[in-house]
Amino acid sequence: MDNKQYDNHLGIIGWLGGGRWGVERYLYILHRVTGLGILLFFLIHIFASSMRMYGPETWAAAMAILKNPIFKLGEFFVFVAFAFHALNGIRLILIELGLAVGKAEEPIYPYKSSLNNQRPLMVIVMVVVAILIIAGGYNTFFGSH
Amino acid sequence: MEKGTNITVFIRRFDPEKDPAPRQQQYTLHVERGMTVLDGLHMIKQTQDPSVGFRFSCRMGVCGSCGMMINGVPGLSCNTQILDVATTALTLAPLPNFNLIRDLVPDLVPMFGVIKGLQPYIQRNDVEEMENPTMEYFQTPHQLEEYLQFSYCIKCGSCMAACPTMATDKEYLGPAPLTQAYRYNTDSRDDAGDARRDLVAASHGIFNCHYAGECSNVCPKGVDPARAIQLMKKDLVLRYFGLGKHKCAHLCKKPDRSTYKPKIEAAPFTIGQ
Amino acid sequence: MRETAYWTWFIIAAIVILIFAGLHMVVMHLSMLGVFNPEGGAVTNWGNVAFRSQNQFLAFTYIILLGAALYHGLYGLRTIVFELGPKKSFQDTFTVLLWIVGLVLFAIGTYAAIAAKSLELAL
Repeated sequence: MDNKQYDNHLGIIGWLGGGRWGVERYLYILHRVTGLGILLFFLIHIFASSMRMYGPETWAAAMAILKNPIFKLGEFFVFVAFAFHALNGIRLILIELGLAVGKAEEPIYPYKSSLNNQRPLMVIVMVVVAILIIAGGYNTFFGSH
Repeated sequence: MEKGTNITVFIRRFDPEKDPAPRQQQYTLHVERGMTVLDGLHMIKQTQDPSVGFRFSCRMGVCGSCGMMINGVPGLSCNTQILDVATTALTLAPLPNFNLIRDLVPDLVPMFGVIKGLQPYIQRNDVEEMENPTMEYFQTPHQLEEYLQFSYCIKCGSCMAACPTMATDKEYLGPAPLTQAYRYNTDSRDDAGDARRDLVAASHGIFNCHYAGECSNVCPKGVDPARAIQLMKKDLVLRYFGLGKHKCAHLCKKPDRSTYKPKIEAAPFTIGQ
Repeated sequence: MRETAYWTWFIIAAIVILIFAGLHMVVMHLSMLGVFNPEGGAVTNWGNVAFRSQNQFLAFTYIILLGAALYHGLYGLRTIVFELGPKKSFQDTFTVLLWIVGLVLFAIGTYAAIAAKSLELAL
Protein backbone atom coordinates (compact mmCIF):
# COMPACT_ATOMS: atom_id res chain seq x y z
CA MET A 1 0.00 0.00 0.00
CA ASP A 2 2.74 2.44 0.99
CA ASN A 3 4.62 2.18 -2.27
CA LYS A 4 1.58 3.51 -4.14
CA GLN A 5 1.82 6.90 -2.39
CA TYR A 6 2.60 10.00 -4.42
CA ASP A 7 5.51 12.18 -3.27
CA ASN A 8 3.84 15.55 -2.83
CA HIS A 9 6.87 17.56 -1.66
CA LEU A 10 6.93 20.90 -3.41
CA GLY A 11 10.64 20.84 -4.18
CA ILE A 12 12.58 24.01 -4.87
CA ILE A 13 9.41 25.75 -6.10
CA GLY A 14 8.35 25.64 -2.46
CA TRP A 15 11.20 28.00 -1.58
CA LEU A 16 9.91 30.62 -3.96
CA GLY A 17 6.48 30.63 -2.39
CA GLY A 18 4.27 32.25 -4.98
CA GLY A 19 0.61 32.80 -4.37
CA ARG A 20 -0.74 34.07 -1.13
CA TRP A 21 2.21 34.06 1.22
CA GLY A 22 3.39 36.72 3.66
CA VAL A 23 6.10 39.34 3.14
CA GLU A 24 8.60 37.51 5.35
CA ARG A 25 8.49 34.52 3.01
CA TYR A 26 9.77 36.70 0.16
CA LEU A 27 12.40 38.30 2.39
CA TYR A 28 13.56 34.76 3.22
CA ILE A 29 14.12 33.84 -0.42
CA LEU A 30 15.66 37.24 -1.24
CA HIS A 31 18.04 36.81 1.68
CA ARG A 32 19.05 33.44 0.27
CA VAL A 33 19.53 34.70 -3.30
CA THR A 34 21.46 37.82 -2.27
CA GLY A 35 23.63 35.69 0.03
CA LEU A 36 24.61 33.40 -2.85
CA GLY A 37 25.26 36.45 -5.07
CA ILE A 38 27.51 38.05 -2.47
CA LEU A 39 29.38 34.77 -2.00
CA LEU A 40 30.05 34.61 -5.75
CA PHE A 41 31.23 38.24 -5.75
CA PHE A 42 33.40 37.59 -2.70
CA LEU A 43 35.21 34.65 -4.30
CA ILE A 44 35.95 36.77 -7.39
CA HIS A 45 36.97 39.65 -5.12
CA ILE A 46 39.50 37.49 -3.27
CA PHE A 47 41.18 36.45 -6.54
CA ALA A 48 41.07 39.95 -8.06
CA SER A 49 42.45 41.61 -4.95
CA SER A 50 45.11 38.92 -4.59
CA MET A 51 46.56 40.13 -7.89
CA ARG A 52 48.52 42.60 -5.75
CA MET A 53 50.93 39.88 -4.70
CA TYR A 54 52.31 39.82 -8.29
CA GLY A 55 53.34 43.48 -8.10
CA PRO A 56 52.17 46.86 -9.49
CA GLU A 57 51.96 45.93 -13.20
CA THR A 58 49.72 42.92 -12.78
CA TRP A 59 47.63 44.90 -10.32
CA ALA A 60 47.19 47.81 -12.75
CA ALA A 61 46.26 45.40 -15.56
CA ALA A 62 43.65 43.72 -13.33
CA MET A 63 42.19 47.07 -12.32
CA ALA A 64 42.02 48.14 -15.98
CA ILE A 65 39.75 45.15 -16.73
CA LEU A 66 37.45 46.22 -13.89
CA LYS A 67 37.00 49.68 -15.51
CA ASN A 68 34.56 48.02 -17.95
CA PRO A 69 30.99 49.44 -17.54
CA ILE A 70 29.71 45.87 -17.09
CA PHE A 71 31.57 45.75 -13.77
CA LYS A 72 30.09 49.10 -12.75
CA LEU A 73 26.62 47.62 -13.17
CA GLY A 74 27.81 44.49 -11.37
CA GLU A 75 29.12 46.65 -8.55
CA PHE A 76 25.69 48.25 -8.19
CA PHE A 77 24.02 44.84 -7.98
CA VAL A 78 26.53 43.78 -5.35
CA PHE A 79 25.76 46.96 -3.42
CA VAL A 80 22.00 46.33 -3.58
CA ALA A 81 22.48 42.72 -2.48
CA PHE A 82 24.83 43.77 0.28
CA ALA A 83 22.53 46.53 1.60
CA PHE A 84 19.58 44.14 1.69
CA HIS A 85 21.48 41.18 3.11
CA ALA A 86 23.16 43.26 5.84
CA LEU A 87 20.04 45.04 7.08
CA ASN A 88 17.72 42.06 6.75
CA GLY A 89 20.48 40.11 8.47
CA ILE A 90 20.31 42.45 11.47
CA ARG A 91 16.57 41.80 11.64
CA LEU A 92 17.10 38.04 11.40
CA ILE A 93 19.78 38.03 14.10
CA LEU A 94 17.48 39.90 16.46
CA ILE A 95 14.64 37.49 15.67
CA GLU A 96 16.62 34.25 15.76
CA LEU A 97 18.20 35.15 19.07
CA GLY A 98 14.66 35.47 20.40
CA LEU A 99 14.83 39.23 20.95
CA ALA A 100 12.15 40.41 18.53
CA VAL A 101 9.52 37.67 18.65
CA GLY A 102 7.85 38.49 21.96
CA LYS A 103 6.85 36.08 24.68
CA ALA A 104 4.49 33.15 24.49
CA GLU A 105 0.94 34.30 25.02
CA GLU A 106 -2.43 32.62 25.11
CA PRO A 107 -3.85 32.48 21.57
CA ILE A 108 -7.07 34.49 21.39
CA TYR A 109 -8.90 34.78 18.07
CA PRO A 110 -8.08 36.64 15.83
CA TYR A 111 -4.63 35.18 16.43
CA LYS A 112 -1.56 37.35 16.59
CA SER A 113 1.85 35.79 16.09
CA SER A 114 5.52 36.63 16.43
CA LEU A 115 5.27 38.06 12.91
CA ASN A 116 3.24 40.92 14.38
CA ASN A 117 5.94 41.49 17.00
CA GLN A 118 8.69 41.87 14.43
CA ARG A 119 6.72 43.76 11.79
CA PRO A 120 7.69 47.32 12.87
CA LEU A 121 11.34 46.22 12.76
CA MET A 122 10.79 44.73 9.31
CA VAL A 123 9.22 47.96 8.01
CA ILE A 124 12.03 50.14 9.40
CA VAL A 125 14.67 47.82 7.92
CA MET A 126 13.04 47.79 4.48
CA VAL A 127 12.70 51.60 4.44
CA VAL A 128 16.41 51.94 5.28
CA VAL A 129 17.26 49.43 2.54
CA ALA A 130 15.22 51.42 0.00
CA ILE A 131 16.94 54.67 0.98
CA LEU A 132 20.37 53.03 0.75
CA ILE A 133 19.63 51.53 -2.67
CA ILE A 134 18.41 54.88 -4.06
CA ALA A 135 21.41 56.73 -2.62
CA GLY A 136 23.84 54.07 -3.84
CA GLY A 137 22.28 54.01 -7.30
CA TYR A 138 22.50 57.77 -7.56
CA ASN A 139 26.14 57.68 -6.50
CA THR A 140 27.01 54.84 -8.91
CA PHE A 141 25.34 56.17 -12.04
CA PHE A 142 25.32 59.96 -11.52
CA GLY A 143 28.16 60.42 -9.01
CA SER A 144 31.25 62.50 -9.78
CA HIS A 145 33.73 59.58 -9.99
CA MET B 1 -34.24 27.55 -2.60
CA GLU B 2 -32.83 30.19 -0.31
CA LYS B 3 -30.50 32.82 -1.62
CA GLY B 4 -27.02 31.63 -2.28
CA THR B 5 -24.48 31.51 -5.02
CA ASN B 6 -23.00 28.93 -7.32
CA ILE B 7 -19.24 28.58 -7.27
CA THR B 8 -16.82 26.36 -9.13
CA VAL B 9 -14.84 23.97 -6.95
CA PHE B 10 -11.58 22.57 -8.27
CA ILE B 11 -10.48 19.48 -6.38
CA ARG B 12 -7.15 17.77 -6.86
CA ARG B 13 -7.84 14.08 -7.35
CA PHE B 14 -5.42 11.21 -7.02
CA ASP B 15 -6.30 7.54 -7.09
CA PRO B 16 -3.15 5.52 -6.34
CA GLU B 17 -4.44 2.56 -8.38
CA LYS B 18 -5.26 4.51 -11.55
CA ASP B 19 -3.46 7.86 -11.66
CA PRO B 20 0.30 8.20 -12.10
CA ALA B 21 0.04 11.80 -10.87
CA PRO B 22 -2.69 14.01 -9.36
CA ARG B 23 -5.24 15.60 -11.68
CA GLN B 24 -7.76 18.37 -11.27
CA GLN B 25 -11.52 17.81 -11.29
CA GLN B 26 -14.19 20.48 -11.48
CA TYR B 27 -17.54 20.64 -9.67
CA THR B 28 -20.24 23.26 -9.40
CA LEU B 29 -21.55 23.81 -5.90
CA HIS B 30 -24.42 25.85 -4.54
CA VAL B 31 -23.02 27.71 -1.54
CA GLU B 32 -24.90 29.43 1.23
CA ARG B 33 -23.72 31.67 4.02
CA GLY B 34 -22.22 29.67 6.89
CA MET B 35 -21.21 26.71 4.78
CA THR B 36 -17.72 25.45 5.58
CA VAL B 37 -15.36 23.88 3.10
CA LEU B 38 -15.95 20.54 4.82
CA ASP B 39 -19.74 20.97 4.41
CA GLY B 40 -19.10 21.67 0.72
CA LEU B 41 -17.05 18.51 0.36
CA HIS B 42 -19.80 16.48 2.04
CA MET B 43 -22.33 18.04 -0.33
CA ILE B 44 -20.25 17.10 -3.36
CA LYS B 45 -19.75 13.57 -2.03
CA GLN B 46 -23.49 13.12 -1.36
CA THR B 47 -24.93 14.68 -4.51
CA GLN B 48 -22.29 14.59 -7.24
CA ASP B 49 -19.32 12.27 -6.81
CA PRO B 50 -19.12 9.62 -4.07
CA SER B 51 -15.50 8.85 -4.93
CA VAL B 52 -14.06 12.11 -3.53
CA GLY B 53 -11.72 11.19 -0.68
CA PHE B 54 -11.10 13.45 2.28
CA ARG B 55 -10.39 12.97 5.96
CA PHE B 56 -12.30 14.52 8.84
CA SER B 57 -13.39 13.65 12.31
CA CYS B 58 -14.57 16.29 14.75
CA ARG B 59 -15.90 18.98 12.34
CA MET B 60 -14.96 21.74 14.84
CA GLY B 61 -11.27 22.50 14.62
CA VAL B 62 -10.12 20.21 17.40
CA CYS B 63 -8.86 16.96 15.87
CA GLY B 64 -6.60 18.25 13.09
CA SER B 65 -7.66 15.66 10.50
CA CYS B 66 -8.98 17.89 7.75
CA GLY B 67 -6.02 20.13 6.98
CA MET B 68 -5.80 20.94 3.28
CA MET B 69 -4.74 23.67 0.86
CA ILE B 70 -7.71 26.01 0.51
CA ASN B 71 -7.12 28.45 -2.36
CA GLY B 72 -3.39 27.91 -1.98
CA VAL B 73 -3.22 28.42 1.78
CA PRO B 74 -3.03 25.55 4.27
CA GLY B 75 -5.86 25.45 6.77
CA LEU B 76 -8.58 23.34 8.34
CA SER B 77 -11.51 22.77 6.00
CA CYS B 78 -13.91 22.55 8.96
CA ASN B 79 -13.30 26.05 10.32
CA THR B 80 -12.99 27.86 6.99
CA GLN B 81 -16.20 29.23 5.52
CA ILE B 82 -16.36 29.03 1.75
CA LEU B 83 -17.70 32.56 1.24
CA ASP B 84 -14.89 33.98 3.41
CA VAL B 85 -12.24 32.73 1.00
CA ALA B 86 -13.99 32.42 -2.38
CA THR B 87 -16.53 34.34 -4.43
CA THR B 88 -16.48 32.42 -7.71
CA ALA B 89 -13.88 29.65 -7.52
CA LEU B 90 -12.53 27.47 -4.74
CA THR B 91 -9.40 25.34 -5.22
CA LEU B 92 -8.80 22.44 -2.88
CA ALA B 93 -5.58 20.42 -2.80
CA PRO B 94 -3.96 18.05 -0.34
CA LEU B 95 -1.31 19.43 2.03
CA PRO B 96 2.04 19.42 0.23
CA ASN B 97 5.33 18.27 1.79
CA PHE B 98 3.71 14.99 2.78
CA ASN B 99 3.20 11.85 0.75
CA LEU B 100 -0.22 11.68 -0.81
CA ILE B 101 -2.44 8.71 0.02
CA ARG B 102 -5.50 9.66 -2.01
CA ASP B 103 -7.36 12.78 -3.22
CA LEU B 104 -7.18 15.22 -0.28
CA VAL B 105 -5.62 12.82 2.21
CA PRO B 106 -1.92 13.35 3.04
CA ASP B 107 0.10 10.81 5.01
CA LEU B 108 0.82 12.54 8.33
CA VAL B 109 2.44 9.48 9.92
CA PRO B 110 6.08 10.60 9.30
CA MET B 111 5.32 13.83 11.18
CA PHE B 112 3.83 11.89 14.10
CA GLY B 113 6.96 9.73 14.10
CA VAL B 114 9.23 12.77 14.37
CA ILE B 115 7.09 14.26 17.16
CA LYS B 116 7.25 10.95 19.02
CA GLY B 117 11.02 10.83 18.57
CA LEU B 118 11.35 14.19 20.34
CA GLN B 119 9.84 12.71 23.53
CA PRO B 120 6.73 14.89 23.88
CA TYR B 121 5.89 13.87 27.44
CA ILE B 122 7.02 14.90 30.89
CA GLN B 123 10.04 13.01 32.15
CA ARG B 124 11.57 13.40 35.58
CA ASN B 125 14.86 12.33 37.01
CA ASP B 126 13.12 10.79 40.03
CA VAL B 127 11.25 7.97 38.34
CA GLU B 128 9.55 6.83 41.54
CA GLU B 129 7.96 10.24 42.06
CA MET B 130 6.90 10.36 38.42
CA GLU B 131 5.23 6.93 38.50
CA ASN B 132 3.64 7.23 41.96
CA PRO B 133 3.35 10.94 42.68
CA THR B 134 2.99 12.01 46.31
CA MET B 135 1.61 15.42 45.42
CA GLU B 136 0.83 17.75 42.57
CA TYR B 137 3.56 19.69 40.83
CA PHE B 138 2.76 23.30 41.48
CA GLN B 139 3.29 25.87 38.79
CA THR B 140 2.95 29.62 38.87
CA PRO B 141 0.70 31.24 36.23
CA HIS B 142 3.88 32.61 34.66
CA GLN B 143 5.38 29.13 34.32
CA LEU B 144 2.16 27.94 32.73
CA GLU B 145 2.11 30.83 30.28
CA GLU B 146 5.62 29.98 29.06
CA TYR B 147 4.41 26.84 27.30
CA LEU B 148 0.61 27.04 27.22
CA GLN B 149 0.45 28.60 23.75
CA PHE B 150 2.47 25.77 22.23
CA SER B 151 0.37 23.07 23.89
CA TYR B 152 -2.62 24.00 21.71
CA CYS B 153 -1.07 22.22 18.69
CA ILE B 154 -3.46 19.72 17.07
CA LYS B 155 -0.84 18.21 14.69
CA CYS B 156 -2.86 19.05 11.58
CA GLY B 157 0.30 19.55 9.49
CA SER B 158 -0.62 23.00 8.13
CA CYS B 159 2.71 24.46 9.26
CA MET B 160 4.62 21.60 7.65
CA ALA B 161 2.85 22.32 4.36
CA ALA B 162 3.70 26.03 4.57
CA CYS B 163 7.36 25.61 5.54
CA PRO B 164 9.81 26.28 2.66
CA THR B 165 12.53 24.13 4.25
CA MET B 166 10.12 21.16 4.36
CA ALA B 167 9.56 21.56 0.62
CA THR B 168 12.99 20.12 -0.22
CA ASP B 169 14.49 18.72 2.98
CA LYS B 170 12.79 15.47 3.98
CA GLU B 171 15.12 15.04 6.95
CA TYR B 172 14.18 18.42 8.46
CA LEU B 173 12.29 17.95 11.71
CA GLY B 174 9.64 20.52 10.83
CA PRO B 175 7.84 23.31 12.70
CA ALA B 176 5.29 21.18 14.54
CA PRO B 177 7.77 18.70 16.12
CA LEU B 178 10.21 21.48 17.05
CA THR B 179 7.38 23.39 18.73
CA GLN B 180 6.44 20.31 20.74
CA ALA B 181 10.08 19.86 21.81
CA TYR B 182 10.10 23.48 23.00
CA ARG B 183 6.76 23.07 24.73
CA TYR B 184 8.13 20.26 26.91
CA ASN B 185 11.52 21.89 27.39
CA THR B 186 9.94 25.01 28.91
CA ASP B 187 7.61 23.02 31.14
CA SER B 188 8.87 23.55 34.68
CA ARG B 189 7.96 19.96 35.65
CA ASP B 190 10.20 18.38 33.02
CA ASP B 191 13.80 17.20 33.39
CA ALA B 192 14.60 15.80 29.92
CA GLY B 193 15.56 19.08 28.27
CA ASP B 194 19.12 17.98 27.52
CA ALA B 195 18.02 14.92 25.54
CA ARG B 196 15.61 16.96 23.45
CA ARG B 197 18.15 19.74 22.89
CA ASP B 198 20.61 17.17 21.54
CA LEU B 199 17.97 15.92 19.10
CA VAL B 200 16.89 19.32 17.77
CA ALA B 201 20.39 20.82 17.51
CA ALA B 202 21.56 18.10 15.11
CA SER B 203 22.07 18.50 11.38
CA HIS B 204 18.71 19.14 9.60
CA GLY B 205 17.41 20.31 12.96
CA ILE B 206 16.36 23.62 14.38
CA PHE B 207 19.00 25.73 12.59
CA ASN B 208 17.41 25.02 9.22
CA CYS B 209 14.60 27.36 10.23
CA HIS B 210 15.24 30.77 8.65
CA TYR B 211 12.12 32.55 9.80
CA ALA B 212 10.08 32.64 6.63
CA GLY B 213 7.30 32.94 9.23
CA GLU B 214 4.74 31.08 7.18
CA CYS B 215 4.04 28.40 9.80
CA SER B 216 2.76 31.03 12.24
CA ASN B 217 0.69 32.70 9.53
CA VAL B 218 -1.25 29.55 8.68
CA CYS B 219 -1.60 27.87 12.10
CA PRO B 220 -5.34 27.37 12.66
CA LYS B 221 -4.88 27.31 16.45
CA GLY B 222 -2.62 30.35 16.92
CA VAL B 223 0.24 28.18 18.19
CA ASP B 224 2.99 30.26 16.55
CA PRO B 225 5.66 27.63 15.80
CA ALA B 226 8.06 30.30 14.51
CA ARG B 227 8.13 31.92 17.93
CA ALA B 228 8.78 28.61 19.71
CA ILE B 229 11.64 27.81 17.34
CA GLN B 230 13.33 31.21 17.75
CA LEU B 231 12.98 31.04 21.56
CA MET B 232 14.53 27.58 21.47
CA LYS B 233 17.46 28.87 19.40
CA LYS B 234 17.96 31.58 22.00
CA ASP B 235 18.00 28.91 24.72
CA LEU B 236 20.51 26.78 22.76
CA VAL B 237 22.88 29.69 22.13
CA LEU B 238 22.71 30.83 25.76
CA ARG B 239 23.53 27.29 26.88
CA TYR B 240 26.41 27.15 24.39
CA PHE B 241 27.90 30.07 26.32
CA GLY B 242 27.02 28.45 29.64
CA LEU B 243 24.29 30.96 30.45
CA GLY B 244 21.27 28.64 30.38
CA LYS B 245 18.60 28.92 33.02
CA HIS B 246 17.94 26.15 35.50
CA LYS B 247 14.31 25.32 35.73
CA CYS B 248 12.16 25.15 38.81
CA ALA B 249 11.89 21.36 38.68
CA HIS B 250 15.27 20.99 40.36
CA LEU B 251 14.41 23.51 43.04
CA CYS B 252 11.02 22.17 44.14
CA LYS B 253 11.18 20.57 47.54
CA LYS B 254 10.14 16.98 47.37
CA PRO B 255 7.60 15.96 50.01
CA ASP B 256 8.61 13.35 52.53
CA ARG B 257 7.21 10.08 51.25
CA SER B 258 7.30 8.32 54.64
CA THR B 259 4.92 10.78 56.30
CA TYR B 260 2.66 11.22 53.28
CA LYS B 261 -0.99 10.41 53.86
CA PRO B 262 -3.41 11.10 51.02
CA LYS B 263 -6.50 13.03 52.11
CA ILE B 264 -8.71 10.58 50.24
CA GLU B 265 -7.66 6.96 50.22
CA ALA B 266 -7.38 5.28 46.82
CA ALA B 267 -10.36 3.16 45.93
CA PRO B 268 -9.67 -0.53 46.65
CA PHE B 269 -10.77 -1.72 43.23
CA THR B 270 -8.55 0.45 41.00
CA ILE B 271 -6.80 -1.08 38.03
CA GLY B 272 -3.84 -3.23 38.95
CA GLN B 273 -5.12 -4.27 42.36
CA MET C 1 25.15 19.99 19.80
CA ARG C 2 27.76 20.47 17.10
CA GLU C 3 25.34 22.36 14.90
CA THR C 4 24.75 24.87 17.71
CA ALA C 5 28.45 25.71 17.72
CA TYR C 6 28.58 26.00 13.92
CA TRP C 7 25.52 28.23 13.89
CA THR C 8 26.55 30.44 16.82
CA TRP C 9 29.87 31.20 15.11
CA PHE C 10 27.95 31.81 11.88
CA ILE C 11 26.04 34.58 13.70
CA ILE C 12 29.19 35.93 15.37
CA ALA C 13 30.85 36.03 11.93
CA ALA C 14 27.83 37.98 10.63
CA ILE C 15 28.31 40.63 13.32
CA VAL C 16 32.06 40.78 12.62
CA ILE C 17 31.33 41.26 8.89
CA LEU C 18 28.83 44.00 9.69
CA ILE C 19 31.49 45.96 11.58
CA PHE C 20 34.53 45.28 9.43
CA ALA C 21 32.80 45.41 6.04
CA GLY C 22 31.31 48.73 7.14
CA LEU C 23 34.84 49.94 7.87
CA HIS C 24 36.00 48.52 4.52
CA MET C 25 33.26 50.51 2.74
CA VAL C 26 34.28 53.71 4.52
CA VAL C 27 37.93 53.23 3.56
CA MET C 28 37.22 52.26 -0.05
CA HIS C 29 34.32 54.47 -1.02
CA LEU C 30 34.59 57.70 0.95
CA SER C 31 37.54 59.01 -1.04
CA MET C 32 37.54 62.33 0.81
CA LEU C 33 39.28 60.43 3.62
CA GLY C 34 42.77 61.17 2.32
CA VAL C 35 44.37 59.44 5.32
CA PHE C 36 43.88 56.05 3.70
CA ASN C 37 44.76 57.22 0.16
CA PRO C 38 47.86 59.40 0.37
CA GLU C 39 48.56 59.19 -3.36
CA GLY C 40 45.20 60.70 -4.24
CA GLY C 41 43.12 59.68 -7.25
CA ALA C 42 41.37 56.32 -7.35
CA VAL C 43 41.47 54.08 -4.28
CA THR C 44 42.81 51.26 -6.46
CA ASN C 45 46.00 53.12 -7.48
CA TRP C 46 49.04 51.04 -6.57
CA GLY C 47 50.44 53.66 -4.18
CA ASN C 48 47.19 53.70 -2.19
CA VAL C 49 46.89 49.90 -2.19
CA ALA C 50 50.49 49.49 -1.04
CA PHE C 51 49.96 52.09 1.68
CA ARG C 52 46.91 50.29 3.02
CA SER C 53 48.70 46.94 2.93
CA GLN C 54 51.56 48.37 4.93
CA ASN C 55 49.25 49.78 7.55
CA GLN C 56 49.19 47.01 10.15
CA PHE C 57 45.71 47.86 11.41
CA LEU C 58 44.16 47.78 7.94
CA ALA C 59 45.98 44.56 7.02
CA PHE C 60 44.65 43.06 10.25
CA THR C 61 41.06 44.11 9.42
CA TYR C 62 41.44 42.55 5.95
CA ILE C 63 42.41 39.20 7.43
CA ILE C 64 39.63 39.25 10.04
CA LEU C 65 37.07 40.20 7.39
CA LEU C 66 38.38 37.52 5.04
CA GLY C 67 38.08 34.79 7.65
CA ALA C 68 34.65 35.87 8.90
CA ALA C 69 33.21 36.34 5.41
CA LEU C 70 34.52 32.98 4.21
CA TYR C 71 33.08 31.15 7.21
CA HIS C 72 29.73 32.94 6.99
CA GLY C 73 29.42 32.49 3.23
CA LEU C 74 30.47 28.87 3.08
CA TYR C 75 28.32 27.85 6.06
CA GLY C 76 25.38 29.58 4.37
CA LEU C 77 26.11 27.67 1.16
CA ARG C 78 26.33 24.42 3.15
CA THR C 79 22.93 25.10 4.76
CA ILE C 80 21.32 25.73 1.37
CA VAL C 81 22.88 22.66 -0.23
CA PHE C 82 21.91 20.45 2.72
CA GLU C 83 18.31 21.65 2.43
CA LEU C 84 18.20 20.36 -1.14
CA GLY C 85 18.19 16.91 0.46
CA PRO C 86 21.39 15.25 -0.79
CA LYS C 87 22.57 11.87 0.45
CA LYS C 88 24.31 11.56 3.80
CA SER C 89 27.61 10.55 2.24
CA PHE C 90 27.50 13.62 -0.03
CA GLN C 91 26.78 15.84 2.98
CA ASP C 92 29.88 14.60 4.82
CA THR C 93 32.10 14.97 1.75
CA PHE C 94 30.70 18.42 1.08
CA THR C 95 31.46 19.60 4.62
CA VAL C 96 35.08 18.43 4.34
CA LEU C 97 35.37 19.99 0.86
CA LEU C 98 34.09 23.34 2.11
CA TRP C 99 36.61 23.31 4.98
CA ILE C 100 39.41 22.71 2.49
CA VAL C 101 38.21 25.38 0.03
CA GLY C 102 37.74 27.86 2.87
CA LEU C 103 41.18 27.26 4.38
CA VAL C 104 42.91 27.46 0.98
CA LEU C 105 41.16 30.73 0.09
CA PHE C 106 41.99 32.10 3.54
CA ALA C 107 45.65 31.21 2.99
CA ILE C 108 45.72 32.86 -0.46
CA GLY C 109 44.03 36.03 0.80
CA THR C 110 46.23 36.30 3.87
CA TYR C 111 49.37 35.72 1.79
CA ALA C 112 48.23 38.42 -0.68
CA ALA C 113 47.64 40.89 2.14
CA ILE C 114 51.09 40.26 3.65
CA ALA C 115 53.09 39.60 0.45
CA ALA C 116 52.23 42.99 -0.99
CA LYS C 117 53.67 44.49 2.16
CA SER C 118 57.01 42.69 1.91
CA LEU C 119 57.10 43.42 -1.84
CA GLU C 120 56.67 47.12 -1.22
CA LEU C 121 59.38 47.06 1.46
CA ALA C 122 61.79 45.37 -0.96
CA LEU C 123 61.20 47.98 -3.65
